[in-house]
Amino acid sequence: MDTVMLSRIQFASTTIFHYFFVPVSIGLALLIAIMETMYVRKGNEEYKKMAQFWGKLFLINFAVGVVTGILQEFQFGMNWSDYSRFVGDVFGAPLAVEALAAFFLESTFIGIWIFGWDKVSKRVHLMSIWLVAFGTMLSAFWILAANSFMQHPVGFAINNGRAEMNDFFALITNGQLLVEFPHTVLAAYATGAFLVTGISAYKILKKQDVSFFKKSFQIAAIVGIISSIGVAVAGHAQAQYLVETQPMKMAASEGLWGKSGDPAPWTVWANIDPEKQESTGEFQIPYMLSFLSYSKFSGEVKGMLELQAEYEQAYGPGDYIPPVRTTFWSFRIMVLAGTLMIVLGMYAMYLMWRKKMDRPNTWFMRFMLWGILLPPIANTAGWVMTEFGRQPWTVFGLMTTEDSVSPNITSGQVLFSVISFTTIYAILGLVMIGLFMKVIKKGPYEMDNDHGDSHDPYNEEGSDVIS
Amino acid sequence: MLSLNELWFVLIAVLFIGFFFLEGFDFGVGMETQFLAKNDTERRVLINSIGPFWDANEVWLLTGAGAMFAAFPEWYATLFSGFYIPFVFALLALIARGVAFEFRGKRDSVAWKRTWDACIFIGSFLPPFLLAVVFASFIKGLPIDADKQMYAGFTDIVNVYTVVAGLTVVLLCLVHGLMFTTLRTVGDLQARARKMAQRLLWPLAALLLAFVVMTYYMTDIFEQRGTVLMIIVALGIIAFVLSGYFMTKKKDGYAFGMTGAVMALSVTSIFVGLFPRVMISSIDQAFNLTITNAASGHYSLKVMTIVALTILPFVLGYQIWSYFVFHKRVHEKEHLEY
Repeated sequence: MDTVMLSRIQFASTTIFHYFFVPVSIGLALLIAIMETMYVRKGNEEYKKMAQFWGKLFLINFAVGVVTGILQEFQFGMNWSDYSRFVGDVFGAPLAVEALAAFFLESTFIGIWIFGWDKVSKRVHLMSIWLVAFGTMLSAFWILAANSFMQHPVGFAINNGRAEMNDFFALITNGQLLVEFPHTVLAAYATGAFLVTGISAYKILKKQDVSFFKKSFQIAAIVGIISSIGVAVAGHAQAQYLVETQPMKMAASEGLWGKSGDPAPWTVWANIDPEKQESTGEFQIPYMLSFLSYSKFSGEVKGMLELQAEYEQAYGPGDYIPPVRTTFWSFRIMVLAGTLMIVLGMYAMYLMWRKKMDRPNTWFMRFMLWGILLPPIANTAGWVMTEFGRQPWTVFGLMTTEDSVSPNITSGQVLFSVISFTTIYAILGLVMIGLFMKVIKKGPYEMDNDHGDSHDPYNEEGSDVIS
Repeated sequence: MLSLNELWFVLIAVLFIGFFFLEGFDFGVGMETQFLAKNDTERRVLINSIGPFWDANEVWLLTGAGAMFAAFPEWYATLFSGFYIPFVFALLALIARGVAFEFRGKRDSVAWKRTWDACIFIGSFLPPFLLAVVFASFIKGLPIDADKQMYAGFTDIVNVYTVVAGLTVVLLCLVHGLMFTTLRTVGDLQARARKMAQRLLWPLAALLLAFVVMTYYMTDIFEQRGTVLMIIVALGIIAFVLSGYFMTKKKDGYAFGMTGAVMALSVTSIFVGLFPRVMISSIDQAFNLTITNAASGHYSLKVMTIVALTILPFVLGYQIWSYFVFHKRVHEKEHLEY
């Protein structure tokens, strides 16, 4: 395989893996901040225990998110140096601001939060977790500002063969960013929320610490339903922006080769043949694509073949059609997972509203347990659709993926790094799942004895050596 | 007045000096866990002593790299693609180290802890070694062609000079870390840390001397900026002697400041020697990357300057505050988080 393909595999795999943890961090930070706020306001120790228990999971997850994030910053230079040379002027700025404004905030205040329970006042401690939550969100904003530039480049001019920034304000008010940021951050809140409801449901089913987990469930369910619905609304806005700025991605995500007709129907299922450039056996909902694209029940959507001809006129000969099947199915997986989240969230609301949480259905609680997987599935599918759908471009209309790769690295080097990173990531993933299960099994009231200090003879006899 | 390009060169230098000064000591403490700590409790005391800080210290590196990307994209691109394999190893080490702190205490099993302890050691030894190798090869010169692409072979990166630089920085981190330990622990552990730091001063002096002499003969930086570098070397010698003096007087805070000063001056000398170049081509002087031909446009630098100068005071403020919050010594009798 060549360096482009290997670098793409590395970027995709490390980014997808990294993005299992980021939304959990963003979501859990918010929930923990809410729980600790309730503790500070009500003085109920159970809420403190909640912040600490979910905090334990948060920290394990945060550690993996942070360390896999370092690679993200470095591999633009390592694997995509020609890309970095071309857009560094514009793209580098939000990354640098992210480090300066968000990473420092998160890392410093997470330190205060972990080690400061008895060293700072309750209020300062509470402020720390809110600042961590704010920092993770800020971090998302800047990284999405950078990503939005790749989807829809604004605020720059081409000088001396490279993109140079000429309007920073345009970069941070990019229309793409304004729809992508709420969609992504709300999805992250939903991810944290469904993790908490899922684990709580499991513990309620097991009848362990029921009061504790019922409270956790309720807080998270409220955050979960609000953010799930918010994701859908923001997603709708994003689809409309897509039709305007990246119509090819939209057409590919619909498997639409020719014109859609007016009003345009939405394809639920289709047999797509990229070789013959046609889709067969489609099952369609009338009017829906028009609504998705324009918020009204009329309007035509352009197909891939027409756009291909337009792009050849604009950018020269080449294949401008992204991997259609991947784009098509990832979009549907995302929508399906998102819909299920809303359904589960609504039912949880119904139970809480009718005060039926005392005797919830076992089958429903089992669904909630499996519901943990829905947000990560939707998140991953969403990113796959966004990034695959942009191919062959790294920066839409400006630079192709093939031209972005580092010319001075060999495929052997990249193969080596792909294998090493995949291996270490696989180990991290397994260890993390194991530790999660261990913490969950122990529950909130038996947390702190992991070290087993009593096995250390030094502790019993020689402890005054140090004092 | 500084031009914006000069200002950003200085800022990046400051970020890397800050990184080596701060993460330098927690790398050192990470290494100590293998041979200063006598048992698991002491190891935990050491890890907890850097617990609240190491993550923020590492962000100095991330910010340095981010600033490079934004202000000097050509530098960032040439550097990271040119040193592909060293960075793979540095990243693997940093990944293992970061999770090891969080993971090691989560299970009560000897094999489990040993595994993560090994990760902490390798993760604390390899990154400063590799970064020092990278920085040393900066001033020695690298095969960079007219297209600003670097095609370096193994010996371009790994040679006597760069390895000496790597070992020097590693040992300096260790001594600096030992002095940090004297500030954050009590009793026997503290006394042993001080003693070990004192004993390591001689080998460290030898390495530093070798590094300076080799730099004099193997690079052009003394020709370029002889006077300034001589002053830095003189200050370095003074700081080094003072660190030894303060150690014998048990003035640990001052001694820590002095080992940090030696570290800061070493990194400074590299940036001073480079300026106004950012990477030196061994093929042709004309192919050097400089603060002009590797930089972003004026507008971008201006925006970044405004943003950085607005945020930086806050960042420095709360980081200093966090060191104040955790100024008390770590005691094995209290709750140890890690």
